[in-house]
Amino acid sequence: MTIVLNRIDDRLIHGQVVVGWGQPLDVKFIVLVDDAVAESDWEQELYRMGVPPEMEVRFHSVADAARLLDGYRTDGRAGIVLTGDIATMARLVEAGGVRDVNVGGIHHRAGRTQHLRYVFLTPEEQDALRVLAADGAVVTAQDVPAARAVPLDELLATREDA
Amino acid sequence: MSEPEGETAAPPVRRALVAGHADFAFGLVSAVDLITGRGSVLLPIQVKGLCGDDIQQLLYDSMMSSGARVIFTDLQAGSCTMAARRVLRALGEGTLVAGANLPMLLDFALSSDPDSAAAATQAAERGRAAVSVHGGTP
Repeated sequence: MTIVLNRIDDRLIHGQVVVGWGQPLDVKFIVLVDDAVAESDWEQELYRMGVPPEMEVRFHSVADAARLLDGYRTDGRAGIVLTGDIATMARLVEAGGVRDVNVGGIHHRAGRTQHLRYVFLTPEEQDALRVLAADGAVVTAQDVPAARAVPLDELLATREDA
Repeated sequence: MSEPEGETAAPPVRRALVAGHADFAFGLVSAVDLITGRGSVLLPIQVKGLCGDDIQQLLYDSMMSSGARVIFTDLQAGSCTMAARRVLRALGEGTLVAGANLPMLLDFALSSDPDSAAAATQAAERGRAAVSVHGGTP
């Protein structure tokens, strides 16, 4: 096993990640990449509280994660790389060798338009996802394993009423 | 909800917020109301489509407007639980119970303890004890 999911999710560790993906994929570790969380013991404790004892959580800054991801890919266990935004994942695509990107949850915020029930994007974020694809990453949207993986072109072409 | 009707009816006294995935909160609160007629002590929170920051803001605003200082959430790993912990930290007060179930909320709704935190603690114990397994492997 290795990294089984590279996920963008603004809620970071939550039910869909720990239970929805974690249980069926037998995920044993999560690599949470976020500069602010990597600096905060309180935030790290908060996220550790949300996972079962058999699941390990590692916290890294973006720079550290880009350097360490190759090591995680050789781990014998299944793991998830998690970022809270597109920009952080973009840096992992550029410098960390990430080639498959799961858009798992980017929720409503001012200036964003709704594409799927769980994906809202600004024009700049749409462009950022296109850049990821242009850089060679396969970008799909999928909130839970049982859902269909929506290709990037379809995601960007889709508009839903909020 | 079972609340007094008419223009002079007093607003319900909300003692706790209930928040969770999908329709968890509204489902449980409607069940509490059906069973006890006291669902109005619980304020269900809908968080569909909201990012973590917006959930946090919604919980904060709901606590401020209702006066409730107890939050029940569904899942320890859930975004509502994460947001609630941040809100309580910012407020410096309040009680969070993660893993809420119907027996727990029934006990809370029926509690006559004026101390909501104490009522929540008692309800959590009742909810924990209310889980049973029948049949299956001995």
